[in-house]
Amino acid sequence: MEENYVLKLKNVSKEYFGNKVLKEVNLNVKAGEIHALVGENGAGKSTLMNILFGMPVIHNTGGYTGEIIFEGKKAEIMTPNNALALGIGMVHQEFMLLPGFTITENIKLNREITKQNAISRILGDSLKSLDIEAMRKDSQAALKKLGMNIDDWVPIAGLPVGYMQFVEIAREIDKKNIKLLVFDEPTAVLAESEAEKLLDTMRNLSANGIAILFITHRLDEVLAVADSITIMRDGEQVSEMKRKDATLAKIAQIMVGRKIERVVHEARKYENNGEIVMSIRNLSVDMPGEIVKSIDMEIRKGEILGIGGLAGQGKIGIANGIMGLYKAYGEVYIGNTRLELNNPRKAIESGLAFVSEYRRGVGLLLDTSIEMNIVISSMQIQNRFLKGLFGLKMISLKDDRKIREWAMKMIKDLDIRCTGPDQLARRLSGGNQQKVCIARALTLEPEILFVSEPTRGIDIGAKKLVLDLLVKLNKELGMTIVMTSSELGELRSISDRIAIVYDGKLEGILAPTDSDVDFGLMMAGEYRSKEVV
Amino acid sequence: MRGFWKSITDKYGYPKVFITLFLLILCILAVVQKQNLPGLIKDSLVRVGMNGILVLAMIPSINSGTGLNFGLSLGIVCGILAGCISIEMNLFGLKAFFTAILLSIPFSAAVGYAYGLLLNRVKGDEMTIGTYMGFSIVSLMCIGWLLLPFKSPEMIWAIGGRGLRTTIALADRFAKVTDKMMSFNILGEPVPTGTLLLFGAGCVLMWIFLKTKTGVAMMAAGDNPRFAAANGINVNRQRIVGTMLSMIIGGIGIIVYAQSFGFFQLYTGPLMMPFMAISAILIGGASARKASISNVVSGTILFFSLLAISLPVINKMMPEGNLSEVVRIIVTYGVILYALTKVGRDD
Repeated sequence: MEENYVLKLKNVSKEYFGNKVLKEVNLNVKAGEIHALVGENGAGKSTLMNILFGMPVIHNTGGYTGEIIFEGKKAEIMTPNNALALGIGMVHQEFMLLPGFTITENIKLNREITKQNAISRILGDSLKSLDIEAMRKDSQAALKKLGMNIDDWVPIAGLPVGYMQFVEIAREIDKKNIKLLVFDEPTAVLAESEAEKLLDTMRNLSANGIAILFITHRLDEVLAVADSITIMRDGEQVSEMKRKDATLAKIAQIMVGRKIERVVHEARKYENNGEIVMSIRNLSVDMPGEIVKSIDMEIRKGEILGIGGLAGQGKIGIANGIMGLYKAYGEVYIGNTRLELNNPRKAIESGLAFVSEYRRGVGLLLDTSIEMNIVISSMQIQNRFLKGLFGLKMISLKDDRKIREWAMKMIKDLDIRCTGPDQLARRLSGGNQQKVCIARALTLEPEILFVSEPTRGIDIGAKKLVLDLLVKLNKELGMTIVMTSSELGELRSISDRIAIVYDGKLEGILAPTDSDVDFGLMMAGEYRSKEVV
Repeated sequence: MRGFWKSITDKYGYPKVFITLFLLILCILAVVQKQNLPGLIKDSLVRVGMNGILVLAMIPSINSGTGLNFGLSLGIVCGILAGCISIEMNLFGLKAFFTAILLSIPFSAAVGYAYGLLLNRVKGDEMTIGTYMGFSIVSLMCIGWLLLPFKSPEMIWAIGGRGLRTTIALADRFAKVTDKMMSFNILGEPVPTGTLLLFGAGCVLMWIFLKTKTGVAMMAAGDNPRFAAANGINVNRQRIVGTMLSMIIGGIGIIVYAQSFGFFQLYTGPLMMPFMAISAILIGGASARKASISNVVSGTILFFSLLAISLPVINKMMPEGNLSEVVRIIVTYGVILYALTKVGRDD
């Protein structure tokens, strides 16, 4: 039986700086099978693949524990070259192709077929000339195997995305010793018909004896092609099943399911007739990687609205679009007045405030003091914290005394741990930087506070403090909060309603107490087809 | 000892520490060589006053995010043009000096605005573009100086009667007018009080500007453009404001410089002027992304005293050749090179 498995991972664990991201994972892939690996973002799929490919990031951070057994032999994969030599290939999510090179050149890159010429006989092999005909013949063969009818001598640049994906695959299967092929979310960028074709190709390849490890979060595809399925959650392998035992609902539940600690307050029954403070109509946002496609939504006064979904589905785009950070189209009404989009100043003037998900890039002036970080938006837009020069109203100077007073109050209220208000924002820990961002938003005294990924990159203790703070603001000041987060658990612990975004569209709105199955299905974009399964 | 050295270099940066040490060594040598110390101090003060405002011109450009203003020659050309016009108008003394300054402002502002528009299209490459922009304009103005319809016989070539001379003497116009203002003697040497006061006033005005609402917005735009945009600050406009201010101050700076130096240097004269100002502010501890008034003051004093003192001291050590000029070039470009290797590496 042992020999049947191309790849066996035994008790593989990995720590990043004391943070366990993989816990004793076992994975068994048979020759010629399609093995699906599913899980939410951050479940540990990528880390597992990095280990399999010997990526430097693994070995630079202390390596891993456990065993990799490839074709019955224990394998030490220290570099990507080791992995290639063993016959492990990878089709990347972002294409690793050189746009200016032709298809053949890309397929044969660094594995060129060469022949001797006069100079190389004297000066050595590195000056051999390319045997372009042989290279093209190989490439043609590989492309044909995939059912592609395309000239192999056109450059990559300008090809449709779907074709690029197939060129990637052609490159991998052109390697003669390929035994295991990893597909990392290959259908994410493909149109439906292209995705169909890709799945067919995968079936073909596996019929030829190549094992396929298929990483995805599109559950219908998993059911369509996979022979066996491994589900991961929080770095643990939580389930392994055969296709015949699997249903959409079952996978969804296992993928999402975890204990939800409703730590903060009782779920409020949101009332259908609550006053609407913001209505969003047909909002589309061109945020690279987080595109929003025509969303309609209502935000009610005094609620905490959660926006969830997997990475890349567009949830982050909503707040960024409304605040004017990325090009947005559609209509947004605050009460009855229409908000001018694509104008951050107007958005802030209209009583909105935003805590960006990209804290160090958009959220902070890293080399500026905490106090200036806190007051600058308010100073620039609401003209607060200013005074005239010698009483002259014409020239407005910053009012250092008022700024200091306010900053001290904020530092005390939000418990920002720092050496003083003039410390540089760069020197603070992630959690405290986040509090500075929130303090700036609060200084604007907003009607609606948008918070994106408030706990990203901060440690567990600080996470709870930040969430508690949001709840406190909501309860005590009655502030309406719209929180976008990749962590469903966190959304379910403090939100009143949770909107799930899939493929740039609103998949549905759930109550935090709804079942894991519903959340799982919605995040995978399968909620509407639930009845079918 | 090692800990002390590290804390010093961390706090002030290598250029400032090394240049200070070098200056100290030169001072000791000057004493050993029995140089005329009060004379050296006077020379240093004159050079500080002369160049201070040019160095100050770097502040708005660095803080608005367009980096070190290698294109400062544009402002300098505007200043020289205004100076020539004041001579053409046949003005003398302080009147000529201040007229030149007032005239230079609209020129520099217009040029700075256009240059700012250009810089907004080449974000990330401002310093390279600026260098070549400066070179190009200086060369273009070589034709300009020949063709401009100036008539004053003091300025045009004696033979042929067309086109401006390469150096225009200001002795009869406004040479030394502010140097001599309120001047008093220390150890038998005159102090250029007026010029130093002018430099001081410039610093105070700049300090106030950086505390205004616009100043704060400009610094935010320079520090983190994405942050600024997210907070409703028009980043492109702030960059233009910074560039215009830098050019205006540069234009004023060259008039003050010429006043003290006694000549306007036309044609390729302004070609390398920005580099001196840049290296002075870098020695003061500024980076290509952040600069303060104290960087300007300390950098100007260190760099220009170094030049003033190195000249006689090194020439006495090695009379043949012009080693002091070589030292100036090494320090100027070495410091710029060091600062540019640091750009974009602070994260």
